[in-house]
Amino acid sequence: MKANMSPNKNPMPSQDPKERAHNFSEVALGYTAEIAMDEAQRCLGCKAMPCVKGCPVNIEIPQFIAKVAEGEFEEAYTIISRSSALPAVCGRVCPQETQCEGLCVRGKKGDPVGIGRLERFVADYHNENFKGEPVKPESNGIKVAVIGAGPAGLTCAGDLAKAGYEVTIFEALHLAGGVLVYGIPEFRLPKAIVGREIEGLKALGVKIETNMIVGRTITIDELFDDGFKAAFIGSGAGLPNFMKIPGENLKGVYSANEFLTRVNLMKAYKQGSDTPIKDNKRVAVVGGGNVAMDAARSALRLGAEEVYIVYRRSENELPARAEEIEHAKEEGIIFKTLNNPTKIMGDENGFVNGMECITMELGEPDASGRRRPVPVEGSEHILDVDCVIMAIGTSPNPLIKNTTKGLETNKWGCIVANEDGLTSREGVYAGGDAVTGAATVILAMGAGKTAAAAIDKYIKESN
Amino acid sequence: MYRITRKKELNPTVTLMDIEAPAVAKKAQPGQFIILRTDEYGERIPLTIADYDREKGTVTIIFQIVGGTTEKLGHMNEGDCLQDFAGPLGNPTETEGLRKVAVVGGGVGCAIAFPVAKKLHEMGCEVHSIVGFRNKDLVILEDEFRSASDVLKMMTDDGSYGEKGLVTNALKALIDSGEKYDEVIAIGPVIMMKFVAAVTKEYGIKTVVSMNPIMIDGTGMCGGCRLTVGGETKFACVDGPDFDGHLVDFDEAMTRSAMYKPFERAKHEETCKLFSQEVK
Repeated sequence: MKANMSPNKNPMPSQDPKERAHNFSEVALGYTAEIAMDEAQRCLGCKAMPCVKGCPVNIEIPQFIAKVAEGEFEEAYTIISRSSALPAVCGRVCPQETQCEGLCVRGKKGDPVGIGRLERFVADYHNENFKGEPVKPESNGIKVAVIGAGPAGLTCAGDLAKAGYEVTIFEALHLAGGVLVYGIPEFRLPKAIVGREIEGLKALGVKIETNMIVGRTITIDELFDDGFKAAFIGSGAGLPNFMKIPGENLKGVYSANEFLTRVNLMKAYKQGSDTPIKDNKRVAVVGGGNVAMDAARSALRLGAEEVYIVYRRSENELPARAEEIEHAKEEGIIFKTLNNPTKIMGDENGFVNGMECITMELGEPDASGRRRPVPVEGSEHILDVDCVIMAIGTSPNPLIKNTTKGLETNKWGCIVANEDGLTSREGVYAGGDAVTGAATVILAMGAGKTAAAAIDKYIKESN
Repeated sequence: MYRITRKKELNPTVTLMDIEAPAVAKKAQPGQFIILRTDEYGERIPLTIADYDREKGTVTIIFQIVGGTTEKLGHMNEGDCLQDFAGPLGNPTETEGLRKVAVVGGGVGCAIAFPVAKKLHEMGCEVHSIVGFRNKDLVILEDEFRSASDVLKMMTDDGSYGEKGLVTNALKALIDSGEKYDEVIAIGPVIMMKFVAAVTKEYGIKTVVSMNPIMIDGTGMCGGCRLTVGGETKFACVDGPDFDGHLVDFDEAMTRSAMYKPFERAKHEETCKLFSQEVK
């Protein structure tokens, strides 16, 4: 087959920005089979396979792309699913530009191969066309507990179930999915897709117990008493950070977690939902990551007239995925980079009516290697807003740490785990944001996968 | 699903329910709360645990009808099931070492104050309960409080039952008469807790209040329940719900609680209309 030598990635068919800024339907519509095959032919199938090294779960990327190029989409799916439990999710939310696509040879002269878009196409194709029943593996009768039904927990549970373990996931919220259902909005990751992936796990025999807050409803020690032979903690980094500036407790200041949970998990945007959300007209979202982009774009869809991203570094340092920044701009989000909030002002009833910011400039590089933002003296100015959303990161929830004796954590409250995910407690493994602090879906999945292999080895060796 | 095994109307707007939730009942302690959803489209609301029966596996909740969700809940009956019931959440009320305590409850807050009084009483602590209601018709849990208290002061705003006056009047009178409390535990409307804390501050008596702000998840994730305590931001769900009454910024808590009042009112009316249509 002749390679497609176009320097450009096939563009992603998308909803028109003007239209989509007012609806919650998915923005990116996905490649058609024709586009996917054309894009797949851009892959040179190089022997070094640098892309695979960039993938936290080591998907056999050139192999699956070769199948797409041949039109063998189901075979492509089989290859991906050997490594990834949630391809329809990862194809949508992975930061491909810093992972697989960032290392693609084609990216040296022109665009890299659209690996993420192809992954998404393959997963969606499979979900729409595959009619067979998933095969439930034969049970080995050994119980393993997974805490948290987010990306790390779901991946770990899937791998263990495939290996024959009887896996029960304990989820604190009323719905499984973690950040995939409460955090990432419908327009970026339709909840039906997450639901399908979770149904797939259930078909493998994974049990999911919702409304179970480990540390409160049940403790890790009690799980072992109940016959679980190992536990994986994938409880995430749930506690939102605030800036500790005056006015943060005014009405109209939300953590991104609260704002997005109201919108995504509780469906506050839909008629008929009992969960309220304030009607905001001028919104400032503080932060520059994916969560900030999600909050800003959700605010716009809820009817805000002006939405700002307020970020203390420059545009080059924005940590969000390139595609999210591009989409946000197309939709009319206003970027106020090199700006840092200093206080939030309120009216006589305690509602937000403005935010004071100070202009920043970039100084010397800091510990993260990025140039440190420094305030410009006397440059304070006021942004006219009625809502402020803080999207400046999260910290791990202390609940499990406080109720599990001998579980070591570091000074940030993150669970200490070795490269296999083993914690300071025998048989207790951990991974994802609970260990690393807030990071990405795919890194959490990678950690869940590693831990599943380690748990399997641990149980086999201790028997 | 979580079945309602008992329903009892305590007064025209306050209802008691026992909910089948063995995992929660097994761990519940006074001062903790649960989060429930009535149905698939329901919001998550926090309610403090009023009682529990570990053997039967039930948890008692007592709620006042204020918005759409509590209105819906009020229309549910024995045998019906709640969609979700998660807990126990928050830290239990600290009772260790207490020998003489004044428990102050106001209105539906008495439902939360009662299990605390009961636990203190059971551990041999001298309990003086001061409970306040707007009028006689709204009085709840009188017998229960009587059985768990060494002294019971019943107060109503209009004097239609017990003594006329506020709980703070009775508390002040008891302290002035020479009663020495290790601690005062106040649970009720924020305004009541604010005034109780103001009284005890004068006398230098340690005071614990139970805060019940707006919440979504109840596990620390949303930060919606944040309060200012001693100048620091705290999350009621993970740091509380009990806090030092002399350090809580009650005015901020009151304004934050009122954030969705217009929405709540509209939802309540909408829900009421729906139910009255069904009846026709």
